[in-house]
Amino acid sequence: MKLLVCICKTPDTTAKISFTNDNTQFDTNNVSFIMNPTDEWYALVRAIEVKEQLGGTVTVITVGQKDLDQIVRKALAIGADNAVRVNAEPTDAYFVAKQIAAHAQGENYDLIFTGKETIDYNGFMVGGMLAELLDLPFVSLANHMEIEGNTATVSRDIEGGVEKLTVDTPFVVSAQKGMAEQRIPNMRGIMMARRKPLKVVEPVAAASLISTKVYELPPERKSVKLVDPENPAELVRLLHEEAKVI
Amino acid sequence: MSNITETLTPTIQKRAKQDPFQYHDYYQIDDLLTDEHKLIRESVRSWIKKEVSPIIEEYAQQAKFPRHLVKQMGEIGAFGSNLPAEYGGGGLDDISYGIIMQELERCDSGIRSTASVQSSLVMYPIYKFGSEEQRRKYLPKLATGEWLGSFGLTEPNHGSNPKGMTTRIKDEGDHYLLNGAKMWISNAPFADLAVVWAKDDEDIIRGVIVERGMEGFTTPETHGKWSLRASATGELVFDNVKVPKENLLPKSKGLRSPLTCLSSARYGIAWGAIGAAMDCYDSALRYSLERIQFGKPIGGFQLTQKKLAEMITEITKAQLLAWRLGTLKNQGKATPAQISMAKRNNVEIALKIAREARQIHGGMGITDEYPIMRHMMNLESVVTYEGTHDIHLLITGMDVTGLNAFK
Repeated sequence: MKLLVCICKTPDTTAKISFTNDNTQFDTNNVSFIMNPTDEWYALVRAIEVKEQLGGTVTVITVGQKDLDQIVRKALAIGADNAVRVNAEPTDAYFVAKQIAAHAQGENYDLIFTGKETIDYNGFMVGGMLAELLDLPFVSLANHMEIEGNTATVSRDIEGGVEKLTVDTPFVVSAQKGMAEQRIPNMRGIMMARRKPLKVVEPVAAASLISTKVYELPPERKSVKLVDPENPAELVRLLHEEAKVI
Repeated sequence: MSNITETLTPTIQKRAKQDPFQYHDYYQIDDLLTDEHKLIRESVRSWIKKEVSPIIEEYAQQAKFPRHLVKQMGEIGAFGSNLPAEYGGGGLDDISYGIIMQELERCDSGIRSTASVQSSLVMYPIYKFGSEEQRRKYLPKLATGEWLGSFGLTEPNHGSNPKGMTTRIKDEGDHYLLNGAKMWISNAPFADLAVVWAKDDEDIIRGVIVERGMEGFTTPETHGKWSLRASATGELVFDNVKVPKENLLPKSKGLRSPLTCLSSARYGIAWGAIGAAMDCYDSALRYSLERIQFGKPIGGFQLTQKKLAEMITEITKAQLLAWRLGTLKNQGKATPAQISMAKRNNVEIALKIAREARQIHGGMGITDEYPIMRHMMNLESVVTYEGTHDIHLLITGMDVTGLNAFK
């Protein structure tokens, strides 16, 4: 099977988030970046498992500048076979989807994986747009997938239950928790990643359809009020009058 | 080969406790590292946080060796990372090796000791002094952790003075007869094989590979340790052990051979100690900001700040020493005396930092809610093994004066 996994970077989960330019831009100073966890833990690892089970190749693709190479190398160390980096600053989901679609066109991938979302801007968009641009079916938020022949059986969490569906390859799937378990790259994988091909390609022309007006941080958490355990009436009063939840 | 009868089932439940450790890089030393180095660090740290941190306190408390981790260490590539890939090694550079040791010891010196012994004191001598057949027979299985090895140099009456050893191999024609005893041997109780140093009929120190199951070879465990409690230590006892001739390391000759192995291990300790120091500092820093006394965090008091300031200063100096030493080692230029200096300095500062961190934690510092006391007790071994602090002072002393003060 020929498998493509879309990966991107996201700020380290311990990074302090702030904005510059009148709160229109994320301040990347002193922020370290990691591979987007849903791309890494669920999409990439499941793709590698499918390859291990059925044979084939796993290609990872990312849209971004040279600083993403370290993330790409990690994906190769975990077990991808080769990588493509589209050398452009990703401006919005449509731009990214356009770049990936331009690569995927003519490559005849059997299956294209994305993580369910990037954990910074939480757009949930690239997978759906990509499927549309490639005229392929799209299954979102998959937490389990088995493939037999040309047909995949995919499970998705829905409100209060599980939806099981079948879809023929080729298709695009966005992966979430449950699809696979994190794999930590080992030293051998890290060494082998040195020799795996990383192709850098220039972007195709694509418009950015969205521009950000402003970012706002959530309001600071209010201080905690401690209530004497001997005085439940006071607790009820606060919940009723101040918190207004009862 | 693996006819070990004792089994340690990991019955210890993982604690829900999270490992909150955060790395500190005061001088942007990361700029001196490659992306690959950083990926190695991140990978080993992820493995530690997932598999080792949740169980280490319990194993240390119960003085049990988390034996199930040996195979996992093999899987992540903690064994022989700087040996060639064709023998199962990682094919990585010496800074990578150091970083792996730093991350392991950040969790526990005993875990790092297991990896140090396997890599520098078992795989390295077989690679360096062994025949091609020995390399192919032993190294791949040691790299995966299928086999665990130990290194026998120290004897009950010969620690800092290994030259005086009394363990002997006697040439009996078709085999050697090995007699003697080794003490303070990491991994010994569970080891499948041991690289043992003994004098031959001409009084020359040679290395031999002794395999578990050879008649007359026993490995009693050393009990009652207050240090390196999550690492197994024991003796190697040889009572007329017949060692096949092909188990002699053909290129080993004289005390220089085991000392070369020790240099490699000491290099790893120079990095490892930074890990232990940083874990103590990280915990002390966090605690000093959370612990309120007299209406403010204790980190706001001058005497606490003095301790924290000195800790991060010494850690930064140790990082630079290790990085420079690693760079020299990558270029094949690091001398045993330079390695000795880094081992001595970095372990000493780690031990001092552990003691100061214990004070910042107050009473909590003596409990296993925090890693401090465990690190502190571990480092009391690390400051003594692989050349005591004093012996390393004499190595530097001799190196700069040209005068031997050892005897």
